[in-house]
Amino acid sequence: MALLSVEGLRTQFATGAGTVRAVDGVSFAIERGEVLGLVGESGCGKSVTSLSIMRLVPPPGQIVAGRIRLEGEDLLDKDAEAMRRVRGARIAMVFQEPMTSLNPVFTIGDQIAAAVLAHEGGRRRAAWDRAVEMLDQVQVPSPGERARDYPHQLSGGLRQRAMIALALAPGPQLLIADEPTTALDVTIQAQILDLLRRLQAERGMAVLLITHDLGVVAELCHRVAIIYAGRIVEMAPVARIFEEPLHPYTRGLLRCLPHPSRFGQPLSSIEGAPPDLRGADAGCPFAPRCPLAIESCRRHEPALAERRPGHFVACPVAVV
Amino acid sequence: MAPLVEVQGLEKRFSVGGAWLRGRRRVIHAVDGVSFAIEPGEVLGLVGESGCGKTTTGRLILRLIEPSAGRIRFEGHDLMALSPPRLWATRQRMQIVFQDPFASLNPRMRVGSIIAEPLAIYERAGATERRRQVSELLDVVGLDPAFAERYPHELSGGQRQRIGIAAALALRPSLIVADEPVSALDVSVQAQVLNLLMDLRRRFGLTYLFISHDLHVVLHMSDRVAVMYLGEIVEIGPRDALYRAPRHPYTQVLLSAAPVADPKLRRERIVPKGEVASPLAVPSGCRFHPRCPLVFDRCRVERPLLRTVGAGHEAACHLNEAPALLTGA
Repeated sequence: MALLSVEGLRTQFATGAGTVRAVDGVSFAIERGEVLGLVGESGCGKSVTSLSIMRLVPPPGQIVAGRIRLEGEDLLDKDAEAMRRVRGARIAMVFQEPMTSLNPVFTIGDQIAAAVLAHEGGRRRAAWDRAVEMLDQVQVPSPGERARDYPHQLSGGLRQRAMIALALAPGPQLLIADEPTTALDVTIQAQILDLLRRLQAERGMAVLLITHDLGVVAELCHRVAIIYAGRIVEMAPVARIFEEPLHPYTRGLLRCLPHPSRFGQPLSSIEGAPPDLRGADAGCPFAPRCPLAIESCRRHEPALAERRPGHFVACPVAVV
Repeated sequence: MAPLVEVQGLEKRFSVGGAWLRGRRRVIHAVDGVSFAIEPGEVLGLVGESGCGKTTTGRLILRLIEPSAGRIRFEGHDLMALSPPRLWATRQRMQIVFQDPFASLNPRMRVGSIIAEPLAIYERAGATERRRQVSELLDVVGLDPAFAERYPHELSGGQRQRIGIAAALALRPSLIVADEPVSALDVSVQAQVLNLLMDLRRRFGLTYLFISHDLHVVLHMSDRVAVMYLGEIVEIGPRDALYRAPRHPYTQVLLSAAPVADPKLRRERIVPKGEVASPLAVPSGCRFHPRCPLVFDRCRVERPLLRTVGAGHEAACHLNEAPALLTGA
């Protein structure tokens, strides 16, 4: 059984101007110890997918269909109290901006110790020691002293580490990391990616990495799902996505990026803009921008099909 | 041919702190002795991490902020010696494109007025002629002339950046300082804007100072690249030489740390130690020494100067006296 399986998830936002179908039939699974990347551009539904898993979709957003199973238990059936026990303890989340997780008026040691106490109980002293140990694990130098610092006293890189320590303290089985290195300088990003890779391997923890950056995906992920207009259009092991992308959108995305073999040459770009998510539902959402689109693409929405072992594509036209 | 831009010993110091009755005034050396030249029609890339002084350098060249020391020559004029009216006239020839097209466009003005504003200020044309030029500029940046009637909030990020570029082109400049022009954009839109900048360069013979934190974008766009660290240029050279055979450990670190969307191209990772040092506490000797994987005693005391390491290629690292040690890293 997969650790987490998401089946036919639909999350919608009812606005005055119509219903926005942010996540529109997303299915995937994450195995224990696996790193899955969920990749797409702004507004594609990748963050709403992760918030749906945590059941933290802000109003007016609503999960209208689907199943989200963690070790077989459906999270959508749980009441608020049961869901609270899942968050943090079994699924933790880190964000681009550490101050979304960290409280500015408590020291980081107190915050991590409070998380330990809430999930495991025990004595305050032991919880504090665990907090210092967690800071050490995320390679914060002089963890005993830093535990007494407030978030604003730390640099951006250390704050990111403190947030990771806070998320991992209860020992979650799944970490959802939403653009965890996007705001960081490239040398600090390299350090945090190394840290995440090491912690993931040591703890055998599964990671759902939400990102727009295919470079970060190449560094960290085992498998990748490419998401466009609220739907997964391609899903495959990481090497396959880069070596032999099948979906025209994935191919377009990769060709947009500057590459050492093509420095100075014009980049391919994807013409047009993503569709209005309030629009009609017929056809493939990428069809209006797709160089390979044929008449039937505009009429029938393609299903995600396994075209090669482990390689799923939602495009009947893609050349396999 | 004389360079279009020539910068020598450029410095900018900012004072910080020292609030009334408390605190001590401290000085940040944001830019500390930067020299380079840009030939007409050339693209010089400026890359570095936050706080390295790359944005300040771009603004100093336009005298949008006043240098503390140094010389700037532009089209043969000493910018520091120009009288205010002459400087004002010269500025038409040097323009800037900003990172955030959401912040740099006036939300109360229609796109047409935004693009026409420089023409009006410099009294280049009457109202009818300005409207004609606005249509032409919109066409040049790949937008329909009907966009002139819209407001910035009605546009996407890529469209706004195109408007920013059109406004910068209005006065027919020779130099454009492009400061992180695609950092706020999604990759598919980023590619469109980078292609547009390349087209405009060819079409109008433009010269760019292209500033970005994204090493691959800078390598893609530039003929030559300068790498900055804590207010200094640590390496400058032709794009291919700098990419294939970087001669400063910091450049090597940047190349190995920047994620590449191609698992085949992964370099051996050199992950630098520690954090970017604060410009308030600049390390002695070589500024990169506390983080350098190849540091040795001399680096802690003696500041390395830029020295020639190849054709048009300079690096500021003591190890270039014994290059085998550096390239064997």
